[in-house]
Amino acid sequence: MHISDKLIINHLQDGIPVTDEPFAEIATLCGISQDEVVARIQRLLDEGYLSRFGPMFHAQELGGGLTLAAMKIPAEDFERVNQQVNSFDEVAHNYEREHELNMWFVLATKTPQGIAETIRKIEQTTGYPVYNMPKKEEFYVGLRFTL
Amino acid sequence: MLNTAQQHALRLLIQEGLPLVSRPYACLAEQIGSDEDSVRAILKDWQESKLIKRFGLVLNHHKLGYVANAMVVWDVPDDAVESIAAKLIGFSGVTLCYQRPRRLPQWRFNLFCMIHGKNRADVLAYIDDIVQQQNLQHIEHKVLFSTFQYKQRGGRYAVASAGAA
Repeated sequence: MHISDKLIINHLQDGIPVTDEPFAEIATLCGISQDEVVARIQRLLDEGYLSRFGPMFHAQELGGGLTLAAMKIPAEDFERVNQQVNSFDEVAHNYEREHELNMWFVLATKTPQGIAETIRKIEQTTGYPVYNMPKKEEFYVGLRFTL
Repeated sequence: MLNTAQQHALRLLIQEGLPLVSRPYACLAEQIGSDEDSVRAILKDWQESKLIKRFGLVLNHHKLGYVANAMVVWDVPDDAVESIAAKLIGFSGVTLCYQRPRRLPQWRFNLFCMIHGKNRADVLAYIDDIVQQQNLQHIEHKVLFSTFQYKQRGGRYAVASAGAA
């Protein structure tokens, strides 16, 4: 990866400035033009190194619901249930993990009540219980994943 | 100042991300029929009031070569959650840390953190270091590596009914 791409990733993780020219500082740091910074970010997005560029809203603050949920699915049934779970628009990401509870997904809904409704629908569709584990407390770690 | 309709339009626009041009806030202002200063002012307001949680870029760790993704879960006495969490977040490899409810008898772990590494051995060694350095041997933990990521979509939370991440 080009050094400019690394600098962009390391510096803009949690701080895109809200100024008239937000890319001026990183452009100077990289020794390239602002247009080139923009082009590099676009390419990082297009190639999938970045999944998003810009502000992320807080679900609860905006009136939405967000939770982490887990299910215990026998291996022979995993494929079917996985397809059913992923067919819900409210399922944001879904990982298979090594544990008895082997399916872990994030639910994001337009309203807080949407979480319980969606969980009920997933349980009805799949025939398996869903364990709901909404966050009680977030311990902020900052974003400083450096390449 | 933006009126309610303009604020709503702005939220919908930035849900898709920031426009990739050298003056993104001017570009947003033009699309909602406002001016750049007003757009910047309200974005700062939303940041300060925590409506906007993060204002940056989001990495795809997997694509960047950090293919070992571990959810490390700890069974911490409820009154010690904060002090243990404070120890965990001191490590730069810990990228998220949440307290969540237990789901007994199926699930007794109440503190979750994420650790990304280039391979499993690195991640396991890193967790061993955390345990040794912070004397967490008495706290039971489990490491849940992901074996497959089936779905990831960007945080798109409709604000159609003033609703959203």
